[in-house]
Amino acid sequence: METLYLLYTEVYKILFLLIPILVSVAMIVWFDRRVWGFIQRRKGPNVVGPFGLFQTLADALKYIFKEIIVPASANKAVFIIAPIITMTLALSAWAVIPLSETIVISDINVGILYIFAISSLGVYGIIMGGWASNSKYPFLGAIRSAAQMVSYEVSIGIIIINVLLCVGSLNLKDIVMAQQNLWFIIPLFPMFVIFFISALAETNRPPFDLPEAEAELVAGYQTEYSGMMYAMFWLGEYANILLLCALGSILFLGGWLSPVDLYPFNIIPGIFWMLLKILLLFFVFAIVKAIVPRYRYDQLMRLGWKIFLPFSLLYVVLTASFLVYFDLLPKGNY
Amino acid sequence: MIAHAFFFYFFSLIAIISAIMVIVSRNTVHAVFFLILDFISIACLFIMIGAEFLGMMMLIVYVGAVAVLFLFVVMLMNVTEQKLSWFRGSKKSGHIPTGLVIGSVILLELVVIVGGWKYRDTFSETKFLSFDENFTNTHLIGNVMYTEYIHLFQISGIILLLSMVGAIVLTYRKREGVKKQSYFKQVAREREDSVELVDVEFEKGIKIDD
Repeated sequence: METLYLLYTEVYKILFLLIPILVSVAMIVWFDRRVWGFIQRRKGPNVVGPFGLFQTLADALKYIFKEIIVPASANKAVFIIAPIITMTLALSAWAVIPLSETIVISDINVGILYIFAISSLGVYGIIMGGWASNSKYPFLGAIRSAAQMVSYEVSIGIIIINVLLCVGSLNLKDIVMAQQNLWFIIPLFPMFVIFFISALAETNRPPFDLPEAEAELVAGYQTEYSGMMYAMFWLGEYANILLLCALGSILFLGGWLSPVDLYPFNIIPGIFWMLLKILLLFFVFAIVKAIVPRYRYDQLMRLGWKIFLPFSLLYVVLTASFLVYFDLLPKGNY
Repeated sequence: MIAHAFFFYFFSLIAIISAIMVIVSRNTVHAVFFLILDFISIACLFIMIGAEFLGMMMLIVYVGAVAVLFLFVVMLMNVTEQKLSWFRGSKKSGHIPTGLVIGSVILLELVVIVGGWKYRDTFSETKFLSFDENFTNTHLIGNVMYTEYIHLFQISGIILLLSMVGAIVLTYRKREGVKKQSYFKQVAREREDSVELVDVEFEKGIKIDD
């Protein structure tokens, strides 16, 4: 009976987080298109609902009612599993993201490693989709995407090490609480910039959207997908973008902490600041999509391996030396 | 407790079934996918016994990096459909002896390890981490790895670095006549370097030397 009750409360908590995330994914898709439109002096989606807010819901309905076409020569099981994996992984990483001091599903000790592991699994959805389609364009797109995600994960990992050096814990709450006096964006500003660019590459956003470069690869790994399965890839992609925005605000922008610890600001609940920071980062994501031209593939690889990796490694050495020299290393419980 | 047992049997069942599927599935790419599933369920088992750092490292290193390379090799070598000729009783049974030798060696090693662990008391008296509820096991591992075992740790790092350099040296080939984009050249280019204004004499023209 107790087990059942535990199960009930856990499921309740999970649903309480997942449904808002799905709704906010729909909202940020609208936001993304709207920003994109304004930058290009268009209006963007503005017909369905007030300011076009329900545009994404209308799109989702359209996807639901479309036929799911499985190509005759596709590897059917893998073809169907691929979008499910992408979406599940994108949502399951949210389990450890603390939206405020109390709002988190599971507060585990290795939270940052968990997120890193889940996001490194995300590449399988794409590879499986591209391989199972049994067609040239999806396969090329999948190979490109896998190489891209693996390369940029390395630099994200090293950037995370920079932050962890200053925190002394892998717990996401501890990472936020360590920024009470100084957000890490100030001492680690170059790392924040590199993190942001790597996040763009990790989520296959422009200017690094080579896996789905429409001029070369039709739509990359998604070419053969239709209907709800395509929508799942798409939802997973945006949930991933939101996840990396949340990670960026936890690592560098002080999570749910208010910018100044003064009276009118510090009574506002933490979740407000957290959502504001996520939205701010996403706004920059949306702007970048509209104003930057696409990279060539060799430029992308060069940027990842020859510039970001050495630079962030150098910064690890710098941070560590600084902390040791000024005796600022977090001692923790020792 | 029931939930714990349930999850344990759930993950172990998946691990065992997928391990079997790795060797019986005909499609090599499917075999790699099952291998990945196996890694993931083993990582879940690690997490269940409280070794969360090990479990996460397993996910990041094996699933996130090693298995992707596996998958790449299998996909690009185009050996997708294994015919499994030995399985159907064909005369060519090339792989069975090799597999048997490797399998029996691994079995022997396991027996030696487990036997030594169980039946010699001093064997298991190698150092254990002192378990303390106050510290996470990430702290404990880090505390030992960077103090007592720092030399082994650094040697393993050097071995990895050497193998990386070795792989790059082996695959590197210098090709002649390849036009490469040089960012510094492009950015450093000025108007004076590329454009020259010349007064052209009437009916004579100029000679462009190239």
